[in-house]
Amino acid sequence: MSDSNPIREAIAEAIQEHPVILFMKGTPDAPACGFSARTVAALQALDTKFAAVDILPDPRIRQELSAISQWPTVPQLFINGELIGGCDIVTEMYETGELASALGAEQQAADRLGS
Amino acid sequence: MPDPQDIKARIEAALPECLAEVEDWTGGGDHFRATVTSPAFAGLSRIQQHRLVYDVFGDEIGGPIHALSLKTQVPA
Repeated sequence: MSDSNPIREAIAEAIQEHPVILFMKGTPDAPACGFSARTVAALQALDTKFAAVDILPDPRIRQELSAISQWPTVPQLFINGELIGGCDIVTEMYETGELASALGAEQQAADRLGS
Repeated sequence: MPDPQDIKARIEAALPECLAEVEDWTGGGDHFRATVTSPAFAGLSRIQQHRLVYDVFGDEIGGPIHALSLKTQVPA
């Protein structure tokens, strides 16, 4: 099975499993890059519940993530399995209120489920 | 090492009727910030707009170009 790629599969599963998931350098409490820090700040400003994956421990995470998303840089924010963007787009959407709208529907659904 | 003029020229060569303003964000020659205006962005999502620009550089993004911060817009 030359096609077997456990890291890629694990990333794809995580994206499907978590309604809001951020791939970043470092952790939300200790971001290792200014772009990741700004993206976390936008999510936290909206009281967003999100899963976070630190891509730094293994270079293959970054490589496989970009192969899936066709997006070259980190951070990468996914909402409902769809790539929303990196720091620039997330920041811009935060400022225009689009991020709150995109997260709003998702957050209400999560609250109804009591998660 | 890429420089802002080189990045500007390559974006403008790749996208039709494109105007790109590029600055070296940190002075280190690897973090750049660009505002790109082109009618090619009309009707595209932000993701799609940014991809058009990122595609110009391929593997250089994340390599020699550590970061290319983008703001894309359609001409008024």
